[in-house]
Order: sequence, then C-alpha cells, then structure tokens
Amino acid sequence: MPKFHLSLTVNGEARELLIDPRRTLLDVLRDELDLRGAHRGCDSGDCGACTVLLDGKPITSCMILAADCDGSTVTTVEGITPAGGLHPVQKALVEKGGIQCGFCTPGMVMAAIGLLNENPNPTEHDVREGLAGNLCRCTGYKKIVEAVLSVEESKA
Amino acid sequence: MIGQRIPKLDAPDKATGRTVYGHDVRLPGMLHGRIKYSKHAHARVVRVDVSRALKLPGVKTIVTADDNPPTMFGYGKDNTPLKGQVVRSLRDEVAAVAAVDADTAEEALSLIEVEYEPLTAVFTPEEALKEGAPLIHAEHGSNYFTRYRYSHGTLEAGERESDVTVEADFELPYVAHAAMETSVVVAAFDHRGHLTLYSTTQIPFLLQRDLSEALGMEGSEIRIIQTAIGGAFGRGLDIYPFEPIAALLARKAGKPVRISFSRYEEFLAAPVRQPAKVHVRAGATREGMITFRDAYALLDIGAYVSWGSVTPLVMMETTASLYRIPHSRFAADCVYTNNPITGAVRGYGNPQSTFFVETMMDRLAVALDMDPVDFRVRNANRPNEETPQGLIITSCGLKECLEAVAARADTARQKDEGKTMKDRPHPSSFIPHPSKKRGIGFAATLNVGGGARIYRSDGCGATVKVDDFGHVSLVTGSTEIGQGSETVLAQIVAEVLGVNVEDVNVLNSDTDVKPWDVGVHASRTTFIAGNAAHIAALDARRQLFETAAEMLKTTPDDLIAKDGHVVAKVSGKSAELGKVARARHYREGGQVILGEGWYDPPTKLVDKDTYKGNISATYGFGAQMAEVEVDTDTGKVRVLRLVCANDVGRAINPMAVEGQIEGGAQMGLGYALTEEVIVEKGRVMNPDFLDYRLFTTADMPEIETVIIETDDPQGPFGAKGVGEMGGTPTAAAIANAIHDAVGVWMTTVPMTPERVLKALMEKENL
Ligand code: FES
Ligand code: FES
Repeated sequence: MPKFHLSLTVNGEARELLIDPRRTLLDVLRDELDLRGAHRGCDSGDCGACTVLLDGKPITSCMILAADCDGSTVTTVEGITPAGGLHPVQKALVEKGGIQCGFCTPGMVMAAIGLLNENPNPTEHDVREGLAGNLCRCTGYKKIVEAVLSVEESKA
Repeated sequence: MIGQRIPKLDAPDKATGRTVYGHDVRLPGMLHGRIKYSKHAHARVVRVDVSRALKLPGVKTIVTADDNPPTMFGYGKDNTPLKGQVVRSLRDEVAAVAAVDADTAEEALSLIEVEYEPLTAVFTPEEALKEGAPLIHAEHGSNYFTRYRYSHGTLEAGERESDVTVEADFELPYVAHAAMETSVVVAAFDHRGHLTLYSTTQIPFLLQRDLSEALGMEGSEIRIIQTAIGGAFGRGLDIYPFEPIAALLARKAGKPVRISFSRYEEFLAAPVRQPAKVHVRAGATREGMITFRDAYALLDIGAYVSWGSVTPLVMMETTASLYRIPHSRFAADCVYTNNPITGAVRGYGNPQSTFFVETMMDRLAVALDMDPVDFRVRNANRPNEETPQGLIITSCGLKECLEAVAARADTARQKDEGKTMKDRPHPSSFIPHPSKKRGIGFAATLNVGGGARIYRSDGCGATVKVDDFGHVSLVTGSTEIGQGSETVLAQIVAEVLGVNVEDVNVLNSDTDVKPWDVGVHASRTTFIAGNAAHIAALDARRQLFETAAEMLKTTPDDLIAKDGHVVAKVSGKSAELGKVARARHYREGGQVILGEGWYDPPTKLVDKDTYKGNISATYGFGAQMAEVEVDTDTGKVRVLRLVCANDVGRAINPMAVEGQIEGGAQMGLGYALTEEVIVEKGRVMNPDFLDYRLFTTADMPEIETVIIETDDPQGPFGAKGVGEMGGTPTAAAIANAIHDAVGVWMTTVPMTPERVLKALMEKENL
C-alpha cells in the first residue's frame, strides 16, 4: 500500500511522517511518535481515553484517520504538561482525588482543557455534559467534576 | 499522617501520561500476538491447518493445542492454553499467531483453517442438568461443578416463630468489569529459558504457580512484573488462557510477545460475573424480629471453572449473617454450560446477595407495616458478637450507618415541611408531571474487612529500609490497582517513622523483589498489607532507636521518631534518620536498617462441610439511601441522590475512602440500572460501550459519602477494608426506592425501563 506523507504540528513541533494511510491519529501518536499518554480504551469512540486536541478542539483520536489530520495542530497530554510541573487541570485532578487507576486520566485532562477553552466558566451541569464522553470505571466521577470546577474557581 | 486527605503518590505521573501500562510495554524485537477463537459454542475440533497463515510475510510463529504442555490448569484443573479436541464455548482459543505487527497477526488468523463437528450445546444450568444433556467436561462426570449446603438453626422453628413470611424469585445477569484498560500481557524469555511476564494480574505469586502448571515449568523460572494496572476489579484474580498463550508464542518465536485485547475481545473473552437464579424466603415476628432466611441459588459458571464458582461463599455470608438471623439455610449449585467463563467481579457475590437479601428486608418491613430503617436497626449485627455462622464481629457500625443515611433522608423530607418524598415538588426547572413518581429506599451491606481466608495463607510480607539519606523504601507484597494502596501504606510507614509521605517510596511490582502476598482481593489490602507494613516499619524503627540510643546517650524508650529525626524526649537532642542509618553500618560488625513484617490474620478456612468459621479478622458494614424518580409512562428510573455510609474502622486517607465508595457506587448504579452482558446461545450480543452502558458524568446522581469510624481493634491504626462495599447495596436501595415510589417489587437487574414498565403493567392487571 502506498504510504501517505503526513505533516502535523504535534505539541508545537512540526513533524513529517510517512504513514500507512489506514492508521488512525491514535495509532500514529502512540506507535510512530512515541506519545503514549493517549490511551486506547475501546478504539471505537466510546470511552474518551484517547482524547487529544485537534486544532484546539477535543476529539477522540481513535476515530480519525491520521491522514485526515494533515496540516493540523495536535496537542496531547504531553504537550500541555509544563516541564517539571502540572497544568492547573492536572493539579486539580491530583489534589482532589480524581485519579485512581489513571487510565482514563490523560483523556479526561484533555477533554476538560477543551471544555474550559470553550467555556471558561462552566456550571456543574456544563462539566457533567462536557465530560460525558469520557468513561471512568474507578472514581464515580464526583472528584473529577469537583476538580474541573475548582480550576474555574481558582482562575476567577 | 493518619486521617489526612493525601493525594495519591502515583497521581502526577498518571495525570501527565508518564505511567507505563501493559499496553505501553515495548521490548526489543517484540512481536504482536492474536488469538483465534472458536466458531462454535460446543464442537469437536477435527482439523486445524495453519500452513497458509504461516506463509504470510511477517508471521513469525503459530501455536495450537499441539504446543500445549501435557498439564491442565485453572481452579478446576479443567483448562488448557489452546483447545485441540473439543471447544466448549465461543471464547475457546484454538490457535494463536505472533507477527511483526497486529494487522499481520490479525490477517493470519483469517488464514487459519479450522474444521469443526458441532456438538449439542447447553446454555442454561437447567438445560445442562437435564437427563441426557451433553457433558461439558466428560472426565468430570457431571455438569455440576460444586454444590454448597449450609444451615444454622432449624428452618421449621424459624417458620413456626414467624408472623409474616415473604418469598420471591430473583434473576441476576452477567456483568463485565469494564476496566478502562483491556487485558494485556507481555511474555519474554531470557537466555536461561526463564520467563518474565509483564502482567496486570492481581495475584502475582499465585500466577507464578498457576503458570508453572499451564506451561510445565518450575515456578522459580517465572518472574512476574506488574505494570501499572488500568483497573482490575477482580479480572486479574485467576490465570486465563491468554497468559500462557503469550508465553507459548514467545518461547516458540524466541522473541517477546505482547497480547493486547481489543474491547470486543475483552467483552468476549475476559471473565464475567456469573448469572444466577435465586429463590428466597424470609420471615419475621410481629415485633419486627427476623426469624429465618432461606435461599437457593443456581449459578451458571460457564465452560471452565474460575472463581465464579466460589461466589456462593459470599452469598452465604450475606444470607446467614447480615443482621441477626436465628435460623438460616443457604444452598447453591454451580453448573457448567457452554457460556463464557465467569470469574470474580468487585463485590464477589455480594452485589447479587445483597440485592435479594435487602429487597426481602423491605418486603418484610412492608408486611409488618414497619419503618424499613427501624426494622433493620432492630435486627442489626452488634459489636463483639459471633454470628451463628461463626463470623466474629468485633467493631460494627451497622446501626450508625443506617442511622446516618436515614438522618440524611429525613433532612430531605424536612426541607419540604415534613412531606414525604412522594409529595415533594420537583426542582423548579422541571414542570411536575403526573407520570413521575418519587420514592426513597434503603439497603445495608456486610463485607469482609479483614482479609478473607480462602487459601491456607491470607498473609502479606513487607520490608522497610531506611537508607543513608534518610529515605525510606517500603517493599510490599501487595498490589496497586488504582485503589490507592501505595499511598495508604506509605502513610502508615511515614507515621511510624516520623517522615513525610513523599519520603516513602513504595515498591510492589516484581515477584523477584517483593515478599509473598496472596493478592489484591476481598478488600484486604489496607488491613492485611497495612498491618504487614506497620510491623515492618516498627521493626525498622526499633533498629533506628537501638543505634540512636547509643548516639544520643540514652535508652530506646526515651526516643521518638519525628520530622525525619530520632529525638530524645528528655534531652531534646536528635539525630537525622540518614545519620542513624550511616552510623549503624559504617562500623565494624555493622548492619543496615531493614525492618521485616509478615501479617497473616487470626482467621480460619471455613469448615469444608458446614461452611462455618471466622473467615475474616473483621467485617465492614455500610448502608445506602437512594432517592429515585420513576416515570410510570416509560418505566425509566432516575436516581436523584445516593447517600452512602460506611463503617471503615478508621479512614487512614478519607479522600481515598470516598474514592472507593464513589467508584463502587458507579458500578452499583450500573448494576442496578444499565449494565448487563447479554449472552444469547453463548454469544455476547453487546460487546462495546455503546450497548453495554456504564454510568457517565451526566448520568451520575448526587452522591454523598459518610464515613463512620469504629476503630477496629486489629486494623492498622484501626482501619478495615472498604474496597467493595461502595457498590454492594446500591441495587437493593434503588429497588426499594422504586417500590416506595410506585409499589412494584423488582426482582431482576438491571432495572431497565422495559422491565419496570412490565412490572407496572402486571401490577395494574392484578
Ligand atoms: S479509545 Fe478512542 S474513544 Fe475509546
Ligand atoms: S481512574 Fe481508572 S478509569 Fe478513571
């Protein structure tokens, strides 16, 4: 199968790759670019563990072909993590107890950042609706929702 | 340190994507393994031809039953890695491929030709027990695997003493763990032919033994390294065929092999909660005292035996010992069918038994015209008593839990000036609709909280080292599965040694390094591993004090450990921990600071005939209150609020305790309302999250958790286990609330709109 020439800006860095055109964005992030923070929980758009930002908007990276992202900007959990520190959303999740096994967490972080970018002052209802595509089997979500709301509060 | 809301020590790495899960493991030269499953639920395998598949470029090796060692493995010694003569379920493994990438391996599967000769299959225990039914395992001689028969008191006396009796049949479904990380394993052999298995197992030491049987190797040749585990919930409590298959592939290919399940495969081949049909009777006196409880459960354990066949032990405990039960009988039969393998799922029989026991409690309360909470409190287990089953209850906050949730229900009522829930107005955003009825319901739970002796040892080992820099390493046999054991154990050690939690490094993932532990199950880690870590930390402190006493010219009993120092109480002089450690070994005949701990609770294996005995060193209790709204037009049940109170002995980390309860509640809510693995003729019909519905952020009700502390006499700093109790009473509390709202008793879960509507229509017709 002919390879596809993919140009992407990933976490601020321009990348040129020759890929199998059947690969999803998640495949490329995990297997070609060694960015394993995006997790594969279902590979069918149902769990949100693979959420990253595509041109600033949260998407499930398992549901989009990498080739369709040509020329786009992708931000992963690695990209929003400041060197030696935590992004306010990460910090809130850690401190409020919103992380247990952590498998859903990077996706949750990216979905929350996407949500806050769009709506910097969400209500609890907004957060609950905004994160409804991100499944978590450990926490019961209460502390996750509290964490995201606290980010909004600390900014205000 | 104890009692503080300390964030999980592993959380920052998890939040930033640094944590290495099984799916992230990549070894040099690693191949990708895929499994070919059976096409039939029951068939003779006539021929397996792998020749075309082997020719596909990129395919490195293929294994079939010919590669099995001659041994059998599993709880019932009825399983082999690959199946050669007979397949007994649609998840039976007939061949496996290792290739350079997953796509090639997948393509190779389609090139493997298997010829079957279909056999008659049985898909319910009733069919499997019929005269002339095919035997699932001919060598076993019967489709019964185990039969449990328990009783205390005499049922006849119980019946005689009863003024009211109630009776009902329950039907309970298959449920999936639905951990966010699917099953994964990486197998690698070294030059000696020794196996290293990167695994998400919950039982690393038992897996060594089980794998040695499955592979025909010595246990000493097998090393298990546990990666970070993306949720387990009982899935990792047994060996399952994909693990030895990965090892067989790796050995044959001479390269490491990873097998990662797809979500579809996870639904198909990971163990599920066993479905059960249960008949229950119960009675009480006019004064509201329980007289007897009698239950019979018929369980479908699937085509091979795993821990699903032992859940009746837990159902028995709920039936015979939740509340004071003077007369009780419990019987269960576990039956082989051609359905999926059933295993341990969080709560392990208790969500099922609490559902039937606690809805029967409400039926009795209604029959007696008694308040359901009053009725429960009257019959509640008390501290320091032995149940007729032989459970020795020490600390017990059941009454307090019930009162705590009831008080919160009352507040809800009082807000509306004494009106009952049913009369409360809807939140202002909703226009009250006559079809929407509200109700509240209660349920309680009893769960082992001090280990559970199901093996001869229920122990855990630990060591605590203090290094030259005053840094502490705890090596514990226990396993972190997300529940927060690392942090809680670090808190215990930090408390004893007077250091910060961040100064304690917890190592818990390598069988070549850590001391033995039975595994992470039965809500046992805080209690058992906590006691072991406590003992090891005390031993390390004793050594520190011995040396520090010389240094500070005093006696050990004058010393305390505080702020990273050993401090003499009288003189106020102190020495930093690292300095003490250095002083102890920079000398002739010196020693390192290395504390050792082993804790095995003072419990017994239950008697194999009577099933009596004290299986756990202590018991946890809890109660939940659910407020629901039932739409009588559609049958849809919405949970508005869930209050959960739990007696945890002492909360070493209240935030972690809440996390366990809230997460348990999410599973309990799913069990109550949405989650069911639908299996038709042995086939899983809803193998994805679109059709197997977990509660999402948008579905969750308001949850309030109340922590009740009873200071357990044997728990580390008074703590006992809580890991499973968050979800055990939820379905019963919701069913009872549905009855309160619309007057129907639900006897099956999930209580879907369809089922609730059907119950409502049946009620109308009466
Ligand atoms: S892996 Fe992409 S949504 Fe689940
Ligand atoms: S923390 Fe385990 S899935 Fe969310």
